[in-house]
Amino acid sequence: MRMSYNIEGGDFSAAGRASSEVKRTLKQFNISPLVLRRIAVALYEAEMNVVAHARNGAMQVDIQPHYISVVIEDEGPGIEDIARAMEEGFSTATDEVRQMGFGAGMGLPNIKKNSDRMMLTSTPGVGTRLELTVNF
Amino acid sequence: MQTTLKQLVEELNFECLSGKACLERPAHAAYASDLLSDVMGKAQAGMLWVTSQVHKNIVAVASLKELSAIIVVNERRIDPEVLAHAEGEEVVIIASGLPAFETTGMLYKYLEKVKSEE
Ligand SMILES: Nc1ncnc2c1ncn2[C@@H]1O[C@H](COP(=O)(O)OP(=O)(O)OP(=O)(O)O)[C@@H](O)[C@H]1O
Ligand SMILES: [Mg+2]
Repeated sequence: MRMSYNIEGGDFSAAGRASSEVKRTLKQFNISPLVLRRIAVALYEAEMNVVAHARNGAMQVDIQPHYISVVIEDEGPGIEDIARAMEEGFSTATDEVRQMGFGAGMGLPNIKKNSDRMMLTSTPGVGTRLELTVNF
Repeated sequence: MQTTLKQLVEELNFECLSGKACLERPAHAAYASDLLSDVMGKAQAGMLWVTSQVHKNIVAVASLKELSAIIVVNERRIDPEVLAHAEGEEVVIIASGLPAFETTGMLYKYLEKVKSEE
């Protein structure tokens, strides 16, 4: 089963719409609540990174019998130093975004912890691509 | 003894602003933070979440993490649109009317007392 969602940069009022819809869909299947929450955390953090840091993007979801595979791709500033971005506490979020409680620099570490496989690639000035898999 | 959100709201004089139909949920532990990713990473399902954030994204965090309720501190005004969204997602939002320190202190004392009565 495949699904696709647009994610608009800067639109905080969408409030995790894509990840919430994926979670709602997955609830119909026989997936453990723990795994469901891991997927929800990873997808929400990836979705919010597009909202907080990029211009626009898309989330492509592929649900298979034993795993979910998701690609979140965006057009935006990209990431200069991926190893640094993965460090807990590193953030380039603006003051405005921080006031809303984003910008702890914990999103990418949360994605890593909650997925079974994660691949982050980026071309600075062009955009970012994140691929993650969670096994059921 | 187990306590519910309903008992907690009554005992501590809090006010329930959304999700009144879900007040039978148990209350046993809480996490306090205003950083959304911190809550995403460290709070456990079923916990209460104490925060001063009031924008729409708190609903997504609570729903995705399956938190028991959000307890908003101070007398912060919450947008009706946020409350309507919370209602639809079965997210309980409770107002404490007190600052964060007092709120978490009262909550801690209450939850410890309930635990000691077990
Ligand atoms: N899609 C993206 N486009 C551009 N930069 C990104 C993207 N995702 C992450 N980054 C960069 O990596 C940094 C770390 O990301 P991470 O999600 O860990 O933290 P954050 O988004 O800053 O804060 P938090 O997720 O805790 O709210 C970001 O501050 C940003 O510089
Ligand atoms: Mg982030």
